[in-house]
Amino acid sequence: MAMTMHVDIVSAEESIFSGTVEELYAPGEMGELGIFPRHTQLVTRLKPGEVRVKREGQSELELYFVSGGILEVQPHVVTVLADTAVRAKDLDEAAALEAKKQAEEALADKKADFDYAKAQTELAEAVAQLRTIQKIRKQGGQ
Amino acid sequence: MAGAKEIRTQIKSIQNTQKITKAMEMVAASKMRRAQDRMAATKPYAEKMRNVIGHLAMAHPEYKHPFLIEREAKRVGFIIVSSDRGLCGGLNINLFKQAVLAMKEWQQKGVEIDLVLIGQKASQFFKRMGGNVLGQVTHLGDRPHLSDLIGSVKVMLDGYTEGRIDRLFLVENEFVNTMTQKPRVSTLLPIAASGEEELKHHWDYIYEPDAQDVLDGLLMRYVESQVYQSVVENVACEMAARMIAMKSATDNAGELIGDLKLVYNKARQAAITQEISEIVSGAAAV
Repeated sequence: MAMTMHVDIVSAEESIFSGTVEELYAPGEMGELGIFPRHTQLVTRLKPGEVRVKREGQSELELYFVSGGILEVQPHVVTVLADTAVRAKDLDEAAALEAKKQAEEALADKKADFDYAKAQTELAEAVAQLRTIQKIRKQGGQ
Repeated sequence: MAGAKEIRTQIKSIQNTQKITKAMEMVAASKMRRAQDRMAATKPYAEKMRNVIGHLAMAHPEYKHPFLIEREAKRVGFIIVSSDRGLCGGLNINLFKQAVLAMKEWQQKGVEIDLVLIGQKASQFFKRMGGNVLGQVTHLGDRPHLSDLIGSVKVMLDGYTEGRIDRLFLVENEFVNTMTQKPRVSTLLPIAASGEEELKHHWDYIYEPDAQDVLDGLLMRYVESQVYQSVVENVACEMAARMIAMKSATDNAGELIGDLKLVYNKARQAAITQEISEIVSGAAAV
């Protein structure tokens, strides 16, 4: 019987794969890695690419796309911590700027931020006032 | 008979409101279940990560990442996770109360505060309150994605690495159960050294490219996943709170309708009695 190891592929949002596996191939940052059971402990960053696993007793490889992440190898347990989106320094930077910009806009742009609840109470007040004025007028007219 | 028609329209309008609150309750209930599933799905990632970080930190005591070092606090950061929409009871208000309390404590010590806001409600609240807002994300929807959060979290992480802030807190709602959601302030940075378990058999990972690079990547993702988790948890909290709020609204509407029906019937009966007595006395006069 072939030796096996347990593989988990998880991302921050969900668990992608979990099962018993004979072989695993992953796109490491320093080059493609092939992991078999009883591999020595290893931690590496992954490049965007596909992780291929061979399930126990099957001859074909299953493919899972990862957009980068981290691979942790223990002799009988392999964990792929997958990213949910392609990460790059300049991309992260752009995202940070976007968040800052949103905050500034929200602070500066007082008119655009329409507080519906507040507007509604104001409208209700105005309507009530109008109604009272009309009532007073009617009484005055009679 | 004058009152009866008005009462009837009032009952109609309350019935319509009741239909809406009932529908919202059911929608919230089903969304809550899905949010809870997602909450469970995010757990293994953070757990695995904590294991690796714990091991790395222990195997390499000489390398101290800034995220692991505790500094004297001169300026602190808060990430506040709220919902986008209202109609969910006191969920957001309770959270903001807790946040303001924690912030006051720091302010009394002469410490300044930076904010990153997640969710429309926080943005509205802290605009009125004032505060130094560095970044914000809104409109995450019921299925938030980690990629939407990266930017705003990075603002804080950069601030921490560059020494602009010395602590980072996360203000979030904790999902206890459907009936209870507790606001909670937790420390994100510095990351507390995890369990003091001894390194029994001495082994270490092979690192590619090297330990520091891997640790850097890990820690950043760890903090992000913590924030993401709390955002997902907040969705579950929001739905649970809305479900409860809408349920009590529906119940109240039912009560109101019952009371009004009683009044309506009395008015109707009075009108009929009056009519009969008029006819009878009319007939007697002839």
